[in-house]
Amino acid sequence: MQVINDLLARLPFATIEQHDKEYTVIVPKEKLRETAILLRGLRVKPAMTGIEPLAPAVTDTEARVPATDTEAFATATSGFEFDYLTDIVGMDYGEELGVIYFLSPSRYPSYGLILKTSTADREKPEIDSIFDLWCAAALYEREVYDFFGIVFTGNPDMRRLFLRQDWNGYPLRKDYDANPALNPVPTNNEALADMENLPTTSIDINGERLKEHTKLFETEDYVVNFGPQHPATHGVLHLRVSLDGETIKKVDPNFGYIHRGIEKMSEAYTYPQILHLTDRLDYLSGTINCHATCLCVEKGLELEVPERAHYIRTIIDELTRIASHLLGWGCMAMDMGSITAFVYGMRDREKIMDIFEETCGGRLMANYSVIGGVMQDIHPNFQKRVKDFIPYMRKMLKEYHLLFTGNPIARGRMDGIGYLSKEHAISLGATGPTGRASGWSNDVRKIEPYAAYRHADFKEMLRTDGLTFDRYIIRLDEVEESLKILEQLIDNIPGGAYAAKTKAIIKLPEGEFRQRVEAARGEFDVYINSRGDKYPYRVKFRSPCMTLVNTLAHIAPGTKVADLIMLGGSLDYVVPCIDR
Amino acid sequence: MFHFSVVTNWIDEFLRAYLPDVWVLLIEYVLIGAVILGVYAVLALVLIYLERKICAFFQCRLGPTRVGPWGLLQSVADMVKILLKELIKINRVDPLLFRLAAFLVIIASICTFGALPFDEGLLVVDFNIGVFYLLSVSSLGVVGILMAGWASNNKYTRIGAMRSGAQLISYELSCGLAMMTIVMLSGSLQLSEIVSQQSETWNIWRGGIPACIAFVIYLIAGHAETNRGPFDLPEAESELTAGYHTEYSGIQFGFFYLAEYLNMFIIAAIATTLFLGGWQPLHIPGWDAFNTTMDFIPPVLWFFAKAFACVLLSLWVRWTMPRLRIDQLLKLEWQILMPLALIDILLMALWVIYF
Amino acid sequence: MKYEDFKENEYLESYVKELRENGVNIAVAKLDDLINWGRSNSVWPLTFATSCCGIEFMSLGAARYDFARFGWEVTRNSPRQADVVFCCGTIVHKMAPVLKRLYDQMAEPKYVMAFGSCAIGGGPFKKSYHTVMGVDKIIPVDVYIPGCPPRPDAMIYGMMQLARKIKMQEFFSLPKQPMVDDRHCGLDPQTPEKEPGVVTEGIAGQARNDDSKKGGDDASN
Repeated sequence: MQVINDLLARLPFATIEQHDKEYTVIVPKEKLRETAILLRGLRVKPAMTGIEPLAPAVTDTEARVPATDTEAFATATSGFEFDYLTDIVGMDYGEELGVIYFLSPSRYPSYGLILKTSTADREKPEIDSIFDLWCAAALYEREVYDFFGIVFTGNPDMRRLFLRQDWNGYPLRKDYDANPALNPVPTNNEALADMENLPTTSIDINGERLKEHTKLFETEDYVVNFGPQHPATHGVLHLRVSLDGETIKKVDPNFGYIHRGIEKMSEAYTYPQILHLTDRLDYLSGTINCHATCLCVEKGLELEVPERAHYIRTIIDELTRIASHLLGWGCMAMDMGSITAFVYGMRDREKIMDIFEETCGGRLMANYSVIGGVMQDIHPNFQKRVKDFIPYMRKMLKEYHLLFTGNPIARGRMDGIGYLSKEHAISLGATGPTGRASGWSNDVRKIEPYAAYRHADFKEMLRTDGLTFDRYIIRLDEVEESLKILEQLIDNIPGGAYAAKTKAIIKLPEGEFRQRVEAARGEFDVYINSRGDKYPYRVKFRSPCMTLVNTLAHIAPGTKVADLIMLGGSLDYVVPCIDR
Repeated sequence: MFHFSVVTNWIDEFLRAYLPDVWVLLIEYVLIGAVILGVYAVLALVLIYLERKICAFFQCRLGPTRVGPWGLLQSVADMVKILLKELIKINRVDPLLFRLAAFLVIIASICTFGALPFDEGLLVVDFNIGVFYLLSVSSLGVVGILMAGWASNNKYTRIGAMRSGAQLISYELSCGLAMMTIVMLSGSLQLSEIVSQQSETWNIWRGGIPACIAFVIYLIAGHAETNRGPFDLPEAESELTAGYHTEYSGIQFGFFYLAEYLNMFIIAAIATTLFLGGWQPLHIPGWDAFNTTMDFIPPVLWFFAKAFACVLLSLWVRWTMPRLRIDQLLKLEWQILMPLALIDILLMALWVIYF
Repeated sequence: MKYEDFKENEYLESYVKELRENGVNIAVAKLDDLINWGRSNSVWPLTFATSCCGIEFMSLGAARYDFARFGWEVTRNSPRQADVVFCCGTIVHKMAPVLKRLYDQMAEPKYVMAFGSCAIGGGPFKKSYHTVMGVDKIIPVDVYIPGCPPRPDAMIYGMMQLARKIKMQEFFSLPKQPMVDDRHCGLDPQTPEKEPGVVTEGIAGQARNDDSKKGGDDASN
């Protein structure tokens, strides 16, 4: 694409590679911020944050001043701003520590750009922060810091994200000492100071690096803990909320209460073994995660998967999506105090669980996809059951609308609350139904049709208002759309093998592989860095839910306590997916 | 028609035949106290069982089935358990207020319960200001709730208590105004008088449209007074874990739990007394045969049947509606219910004058 | 599994029967029976779930499996009012003190069920650096339910085992145990202004058996 080439021509210091629609740009770490600003679209806007930046965001003043022909160039490249930061991946290359930024222009979502940088300093690695360019970056940088110890200069909040502040070592580094004696199971509560003091590294006028602490809350703030054990946190999320009466002033999400270290474990597992962990990330779209990992490995192996397997996987994915949305709908209703709706959602979800049980053998953890296809062929009843389910679900959707959508109290609660603009959603990386409710077309099934989605005719559900009600209704609409996909595919499952033959030991060739899929809550990415071994060198899963919690922290201030809970329900995050 | 006064009078005469007056009074006091406590507890258990069964019915479930036939003893088992549960002593609470709160809530509830006219001769004291008494005693409960929330030294309980303070005091107003509408119709504050006036037609018919409006207002406001969904903000399970009684365990929590259910019944019973004819059977003017048939059903049954019908209505709403937000809740009261109740009083005045 | 193949786990009952036959005060035993009947039939779970097993726990509460039939559906959100904590899901290092605290906040008699392989012994995450290898490292566990996640049917079976275990308890003739003094109070798990130090009160504070004490010691090591 000429525009992108023009854009990249302005980076003389960068190494650029191109594969189809994907560009890889490697820059030295001093030039990272400059590059990021250019890619973000030159005209640097202050970060659109619901929360005021805690410390001055300016770190490198020179990089902020754009070149003279900026405006003209910006107009020419308009629409090609890489305004969607998909993920930030930390890397330990052995000698060097690196960071990989996955970027994409939201208007041309099939284009991608991989920005890489690295630092040789393993003792005190520091890289410039880009937290003010993308709202999503702040949390991602904290994650990289937590796992690799890379300090992002300028980020006002350099607490660890998942592990406790008193944790020794950075677990995803290759030289991490896993001796359990270093990190025994803690018996004391985490110190409040650790949670409230935000360590920052910034540069003063003389170029000296300063380490300072800022306070998260004011002394007179009325801080309430929602979680880790709380009925409405969808797992063990810990929200520290400062209140002014009933009104929310600030939300500070704390993660890590279910951090199981899946990414580190994956580095010691073979590829088929990893598949068992992926189901347990976002357990509500388990089969989709598993499917994504299979696709990624198959991409690396250049394995031809039988069409039958593609169809079966797609149908299972869509069933999972329906089940997940039903649960999401029910949980949101429960968060708003309507337990009956929750039970109805669960009741209909059981129908899908029955189908899964018959074909996959498991209810929640289907573990159905394997590398090359699916575990076993579908049960003879499968098609009949799915075909029975479709009209049943349509009928039930009407009931849901009668019970809950049309309920005056429910409408009164949802209307006009929790506005998320399209730009904000993109900057936050709030993919999935949340982003689509704000008008951001981000359905990976449409952008990069994988498996059998190219054979199905379906609409991407889009709404424009970006309110709680839109996020609510879009899920029910997507259930409707998924039913349509099922209807088209279920009778056309081609014959043939259900899985391709693979070698007993699967070794991925050297290289980096990435696969994006549309999970129930948003874009789920798998990134595998292989060194030609039967174990991956690094695996990274993009959690769609982390950005959703970040979204909550951005849109909740100003609403009431009850709205916070409802917004959580409307964003429908799953905490184990965040914590991995 | 069988009235309970036969039984009560018989006991009274029986005792007076053998004992001096002082002793008779003493024994009767104790007896009445015991009966009220007993009925209170049994009713609470019945209500808890009913709620669980009915809620299960709404949710396509079965509800308790295993403990006793059809799960009838389920709430008895709960009671046995909760009586023997540990009472946790919590540091840094206000011990006096913390304990007092639970008692205050249940005492307010029992006092209100005691004044209900179940049947002719089956009411403890027949105040000439009965309605006023009901209103004043039932509003004591909010003090207990506020105390509980404050004394627990917990942020959730404090928010819950503040919410309930705002909610109960607001809804008390339209509740009281709706009751006053009926008082205007009857011209009396005495409960027995109000009930006996309804022997031919119930107030809800007698009072025409104003009484109907008052009935609806009373049901909504009364439902809000019981802290049950969609008005369960002080507890708000998904927001404040358990609201104002988060820190209570064992029987102290049991008191809150019982009081919640009994308050639901009390509100239904007051609605029955004021609007639905109390223990009076259903009479339709002109249908003599029908009326005599209805008379054969004992009045106590009538009373409970009507009260439980109102309870059912309350459960239905509870298990269908999502929860309101605090500002919506207050808006509903101050911008809709209260003005409506005031207008309704005016309407009732016109009704009383012209019809 | 065929219904005939199903073996009821009746050894506990037979022990107790034997004990009773060897002369236990009948009146006390009857009262014990009543108390245990009440306790075993009214076990209110704490809504606590960390991960996947939580969804199966939700299924258990919903229409198909409906644990309300056994009187278990009164899920309490406040640990003060709950009788059993269903430990659904993996417990990790960061969560461990929180779980311990939740357990300490519950009123006696309290029970713990370990749901799923993670809660039993780390499960599929055994190799992880951040996983606690089973909740019994932190708090005493009464019933273990294997599975990843256990099916709701398995959960119901586990619940029945817990009810059976509760029926075996003796309320009146148990030797007194030392007071537990390392408890914390206050629900906000991260609010340090509240000092530890809750004393148990009343007769119910004694009802734990020796095994559970041992489990408690493990955690402090």
